[in-house]
Amino acid sequence: MSSANPLRDASDRRLPRIAGPSGLVIFGVTGDLSRKKLMPAVYDLANRGLLPPGFSLVGFARRDWADEDFAQVVHDSVKEHARTPFREEVWQQLSEGMRFVPGDFGDDQAFEKLRATVDELDKARGTGGNFAFYLSVPPKFFPSVVQQLKKHGLSDPPEGSWRRAVIEKPFGHDLASAQELNRVVHQVFRSAEVFRIDHYLGKETVQNILALRFANTMFEPLWNRSYVDHVQITMAEDIGIGGRAGYYDGIGAARDVIQNHLLQLLALTAMEEPSCFEATSLVQEKLKVLQAVRLPGDLGGHTVRGQYAHGWQGGEEVLGYLEEEGIDAKSRTDTYAAIKLGIDNRRWAGVPFYLRAGKRLGRRVTEIAVVFQRAPHSPFDNTATEELGQNALVIRVQPDEGVTIRFGSKVPGTSMEIRDVTMDFAYGESFTESSPEAYERLILDVLLGDANLFPRPQEVEESWRILDPIEEYWDRHGKPEQYTAGTWGPKAADEMLARDGRSWRRP
Amino acid sequence: MNIDLTETTSSKINSALIKARRSIGSPAVGMVLTLVIVTDEGNHYDALKAASDASREHPSRILVVIKRPGRSPRDRRSARLDAEVRVGGESGTGEIVLLRLHGELADHAESVVLPLLLPDAPVVVWWPEDAPANPAEDLLGQLAARRITDAAATEDPVAALGLRAATYAPGDTDLAWTRITPWRSVLAAALDQKQAAVKGAVVEGEAYNPSTELLGLWLARRLGVPVRRKVSDGPGITAVRLATADGEICLDRPTGSLAELAIPGQPDRHVALQRRATSDLIAEELRRLDPDEAYAAAVKFGVDRLAHAEETAEPAAAAAGTGQDGGSGKKAAAR
Repeated sequence: MSSANPLRDASDRRLPRIAGPSGLVIFGVTGDLSRKKLMPAVYDLANRGLLPPGFSLVGFARRDWADEDFAQVVHDSVKEHARTPFREEVWQQLSEGMRFVPGDFGDDQAFEKLRATVDELDKARGTGGNFAFYLSVPPKFFPSVVQQLKKHGLSDPPEGSWRRAVIEKPFGHDLASAQELNRVVHQVFRSAEVFRIDHYLGKETVQNILALRFANTMFEPLWNRSYVDHVQITMAEDIGIGGRAGYYDGIGAARDVIQNHLLQLLALTAMEEPSCFEATSLVQEKLKVLQAVRLPGDLGGHTVRGQYAHGWQGGEEVLGYLEEEGIDAKSRTDTYAAIKLGIDNRRWAGVPFYLRAGKRLGRRVTEIAVVFQRAPHSPFDNTATEELGQNALVIRVQPDEGVTIRFGSKVPGTSMEIRDVTMDFAYGESFTESSPEAYERLILDVLLGDANLFPRPQEVEESWRILDPIEEYWDRHGKPEQYTAGTWGPKAADEMLARDGRSWRRP
Repeated sequence: MNIDLTETTSSKINSALIKARRSIGSPAVGMVLTLVIVTDEGNHYDALKAASDASREHPSRILVVIKRPGRSPRDRRSARLDAEVRVGGESGTGEIVLLRLHGELADHAESVVLPLLLPDAPVVVWWPEDAPANPAEDLLGQLAARRITDAAATEDPVAALGLRAATYAPGDTDLAWTRITPWRSVLAAALDQKQAAVKGAVVEGEAYNPSTELLGLWLARRLGVPVRRKVSDGPGITAVRLATADGEICLDRPTGSLAELAIPGQPDRHVALQRRATSDLIAEELRRLDPDEAYAAAVKFGVDRLAHAEETAEPAAAAAGTGQDGGSGKKAAAR
């Protein structure tokens, strides 16, 4: 965005950040993610007036479609999944810039056609040579796609424009593969032009962690080992692996979500204040805290993995993991993982961070619970505080985004009796704006070139450094414990906390 | 739940609000602001509908002040407060109180409203029509952080803009300004794409459409070039043309929904520019409650600096007048 534009003024806060002239090319456009998230997000952005006039969307997939067929698919997915109401004139503006390129990733002709399409859009729609390539494909295809982009001159921006690559998790399955992936992508795209999507970072509640901690005075003084007893970060899903057997088996919960989402949440919860709210300062602080993460000495006693077993969940009978179609009956993949981590710095020494993630758990919920120590001395007698738990601050990431504070309060009546109550802030109720979907924010940021909400390669590699020893230990020792679907995980996980004299929150 | 109160007081209304909340089972919610709508019996329905649509996503307390000063001298001497409390059901998560101020009380609305404001939450006052000459000095306006007027709802919109400029205080805003946000953002985006010096501009729109004037003022001030105002058949604003050395940047919206953006050296493109409902405008206003400096600068620039289409353009930078009155502005729109 040019500062020379006389119509732009920092104090004019009604004018939104609109992306400059640009287009988005989606590989794997027929996939679920693309239909349920990416296309609706593009429409919602257009509907909110945040896309530039002439914005173009190019689909690339192995389908025998014409541009119109593609537009119809986008139309259907937008109608079904978009957050904002469907408006004909917005659709008209958007549909004029839709193109489809059929072909394989190995097909030189298809990439020549893609190149011609990009050139045609520059002329017909004024996209100015600026294109983002969204690789919504399994990572094994990354090398061939980026090499094809390079070979056909699509990755080299014409003078004064940009070409960016957007990639989705998984970013490898261990440190070595992550480094290899980074090498492959960075051969073709400059490091600053590669955007790794961790859609959790696009969520309003996650961005709000930083606002909550660093824009207020009342939380930060308590945010350390003097007051915090421990932190629990939970990401529970009620679904099983569905049709993703091929992807999930051999990966497991720890690699699938702890490595990226949960460690990012940990970094945001535990990091020091960045010197400013810019990508480089944020990365610096996040890296510092990830580098300070310490694994437990006894990996057997402080990590737990599980596999969901046949059971009833929310009124439905569901299959166990080993009974799912396409899963080897002897599979040792973890569908539940819980680990205890420490952070070796002055702020957090001695405060355990418990991370857990799993499928087929009680309900779908992601939250960060900061649990405080008990008051060092209480003037009330034991019976009065019998029902008083530990104070807690809970950041509800999804669903029902918000913040809950839990503290003790006197029960009305003649006797002194103190019980836990909660104070609640709900995102949905407190703002005049409804929260945009994570993908809306992230796609807009890619087009604007704003890297604040994207994990950088060092962070990804650092996270693997934390997880690799655990995965190696699991490979060599035992197998996952079975837990009944619809419960809150294996018994060993409860025992793991019980050994520390603590218990999991029921989220 | 609806509670009707006749010959009541603010403190009885407060009790009724608490009672109504309890009865629907939610004794406390985090309401974010108090919106005061000052209107009359004839217009309150539309205004209330727009406000409650706008506040659907967040609970707020909406106080509708309906003034009924009375027609006969006897009515005017008496004073009575009737109220209708609506909580839950159609009013969504917020609370709505309709206040009917009879007789002499119509002149003392602030005494009724003050005790009903939410603690610690910002107050917004909206006059859908008949705004006071000086909103910031108005007794209700003084309670508010944000004062919303609508020049388009007045008999002489361009004169109203002059009046808004003369009495501007931080926190004032006008729906005529809100209506042009989409135009402004597309024009700014167009100049992002085409970095050329603009030599002059033309704004075209319906007569009696103060948004057209405001858009012209904004362009004149930001670009420092002469801007001409042309009257068209509408609806609303129909076109903006920016003259550059390479040709004309033109944003043209003949039908009121889909516009066409033409930039020299680039393909013509369609842009969705829907005319928005009042509820959308109010929602935009409630988004930011800090003073709108861009609006202040534009409205104070002075409507009489816009040249009429047939007149020779006068360079804006050379025009140094400051005090704007309604009379000179009226000229531009009347023709």
